[in-house]
Amino acid sequence: MTDKDSIQTFLDRYLLTITKPGRYVGGEFNQICKDWEQTALHFAFAFPDVYDIGLPNLGMSILYDQINQREDALAERAYAPWEDMEMLMRSHAIPLFSLESKQPLRNFDVIGFSLPYETLYTNMLNMLDLSGIPLHTDERTNDDPLILAGGHACFNPEPMHAFIDAFVIGEGEEIIHEVAEVFKAHKRAGEPRIALLKALDTLPGIYIPSFFEVEYQSDGLIKEIRNIEKPEKSYIQKRIVKKLPKPVTNFLVPNVKAVNERAVIEIMRGCSRGCRFCQAGMITRPVRERPAAEILEALEESIQSTGYEEVSLLSLSSSDHSQIADIIPQVMQMSESKNVSFSLPSLRVESFGPELIASMQGKRKGNFTIAPEAGSDVMRTRINKSIDSQDILDTATQIFKMGWTNLKLYFMIGFPDETLEDVQGIVDLTRQVRSIGKQLVGGRVKIHISVNTLIPKAHTAFQWLPFSEKESVLEKYRLIQSGLKNTGIKLDWPDYDNSMLEIWLSRGDRRLSAVIEAAWRGGARFDAWHEYYDVNIWQQAFESTKIDPDFYSTRSRCTEEILPWDHIHTGVSKKYLLNELEKSRALETTADCRQVCHGCGIQANYAISCENIRTGVQ
Amino acid sequence: MRIRITYQKYGALLYTSTLDVQTIWERSVRRAGLNLQYSQGFHPQPRIQIANPLPLGFIGSHELIDIWLADEFNSAEIINLLNSALPEGMQVLEVEIIEENGPSLPKQIEASQYRVDLLNTDDNPDKISVLAQDILTKDVLPRVRNRKSYDLRPLIQALEVQISESGNTVILLKMPSNSSQTGRPEEVMAELGIPMEDFRVTRTNLVFSGKYA
Repeated sequence: MTDKDSIQTFLDRYLLTITKPGRYVGGEFNQICKDWEQTALHFAFAFPDVYDIGLPNLGMSILYDQINQREDALAERAYAPWEDMEMLMRSHAIPLFSLESKQPLRNFDVIGFSLPYETLYTNMLNMLDLSGIPLHTDERTNDDPLILAGGHACFNPEPMHAFIDAFVIGEGEEIIHEVAEVFKAHKRAGEPRIALLKALDTLPGIYIPSFFEVEYQSDGLIKEIRNIEKPEKSYIQKRIVKKLPKPVTNFLVPNVKAVNERAVIEIMRGCSRGCRFCQAGMITRPVRERPAAEILEALEESIQSTGYEEVSLLSLSSSDHSQIADIIPQVMQMSESKNVSFSLPSLRVESFGPELIASMQGKRKGNFTIAPEAGSDVMRTRINKSIDSQDILDTATQIFKMGWTNLKLYFMIGFPDETLEDVQGIVDLTRQVRSIGKQLVGGRVKIHISVNTLIPKAHTAFQWLPFSEKESVLEKYRLIQSGLKNTGIKLDWPDYDNSMLEIWLSRGDRRLSAVIEAAWRGGARFDAWHEYYDVNIWQQAFESTKIDPDFYSTRSRCTEEILPWDHIHTGVSKKYLLNELEKSRALETTADCRQVCHGCGIQANYAISCENIRTGVQ
Repeated sequence: MRIRITYQKYGALLYTSTLDVQTIWERSVRRAGLNLQYSQGFHPQPRIQIANPLPLGFIGSHELIDIWLADEFNSAEIINLLNSALPEGMQVLEVEIIEENGPSLPKQIEASQYRVDLLNTDDNPDKISVLAQDILTKDVLPRVRNRKSYDLRPLIQALEVQISESGNTVILLKMPSNSSQTGRPEEVMAELGIPMEDFRVTRTNLVFSGKYA
């Protein structure tokens, strides 16, 4: 029997003995199955979490579509097996396989891992191990697949440098084709693996970690990051597409429940607001809008091709799309005529006027979410969220007037120079919103607030700041909790230890590869799941590798120090970020860059006009 | 118009529950360009009735569903449109246009017929026949399921052991599937001492109760 047949036999026999077996069989409507033998290049895209979470991922859908559009290549998928399936596979010596053709993953040419967030790292190692592929890039031979990774977490690739042959920094739609071409030439020539890596290294946006070397000082700080392959190439600049390619509309429709089941059209990429804590806002610049007509057409096409009963628009800040006032009523009309519902996340108080709220009337009255982020006007100035408390109260008033009764508010604590007064502002603002709701909709009003602790992320103005100490976080939470007592307002906050992993991994350097591996060997899996994440495993991993976790979390970084991700450029300059940090301290705001360019570096580094790129003028 | 669809469920669709099958029908009908009728009220629901839930992992070779469509089509058109819109693992065999306000489909179903294929070539059919005969001669067959004890015996309306054309052992079963009683073939298999990974169940037919047959 071939590998493929024995995998199919195994599935037929044993799938009914595990939970949610539908996760492992594929067969979704719109799945693409090409002839393995007749197709030259075999790509597998792997999402290191369970099927239900991974299936709706838009990045995976885009790459799957891009590669399958090629005559010469096929793309298949794999997700992380749940623990019962992992045990079953290991006990029957079944390797990780693709859902489409049930081929072992190790038979593919290229495996592209999607890493949108850091808590997937141990699952990725587990998937490599289950595939029988050597964990470390330096142990792989010509017979092993090329291990690629991309996604937002890769903007600090260093903690995973030991396991990934090549990172894609930035947007994947164009570069994935260039990778395919390079691989095709490599396969034809039958060259050694190192030649493949060297050829990939010529593609802008590809980072080959083994071509770089990091030297540390005796105090643990980085002394130097150097390119040992091409010393003159000292950094990697992220890849962007100048025009958003035609959106995917033939989404995979699962046969078993997934976390999101809807057609999603990305209406805009990037954000011009410049919130100082927001990593997504910095790393996805410049702003590119999709024209209204293309959005409408794509929505109709996606309903036709998926049969989904819900459509959704995606962007970091939907209400900032210059045509949003045209788009929403048209989408609402179309969704009504087709009996599908419509959801629009990521609206901003700043640009969310009464007309827009009014245009959404008639929509099913679910939750409405607004994100004041901070409780006081002073703090909102520091983080460059250009709204004041009155704007928030006015918006809440509008929302209640239109008939919504459930309002959710997002806040953060742990900002720089934060006082207890700022935190008290969260309580005061929430209580004010509640009284407005009581006046307008009476006892049915439900307020729910979620308070997260700031994770000062790489490539943001706050990247030098420490993560808050546990005591300080707890003190602030106690203040909020007692302030909301007996109000019926629901309060959510994350467990301090639950945030630690994201802190360590998003701010870490190359030394963390050993920690991640030790944690995986210690049993860490599904770290994104609170019920599976075990901080003790990670603490032991730090101990056994003799690495101090606090070095990456609560330590304040000096602005002169070389940061682990300094050789990864987003196009936004470090000088700009530093200036933003200084402006935060001086209580100065930075206006939306559609009004005035602040010279963040994007226009210069990509030789583009942001205005032209945004509206699609080439 | 109300139509009654006879369909098969197999392959990757084996692991999809009845609740999810309902969703698959809604989406497939939408993809086929057919419009479903919706119920009146605050949360309009599509008018779809599955005859009887098919347990996870069972092949269905003759499943039934009623669907109310907003527009008129002929049966052949509907079969073509649906078969190009259904996922791999579900296929329409027949479409019958039935009376709009006739009795509800689930209420008409009385029992199910199953075929259980044994997967191991070394299964001894004679031994299984003896065990089956033994079951049939018993008056009661106490079993525990979900920590509740019950009598399996009256739920076995027919039980027969055969050898298939390919030489494998096949067990034919008839058990109730109605609002008051549901018989489970896997319980009979447990009684025969055959573990779950060693057999595959196909529901071959839905049996209508006497007054609707």
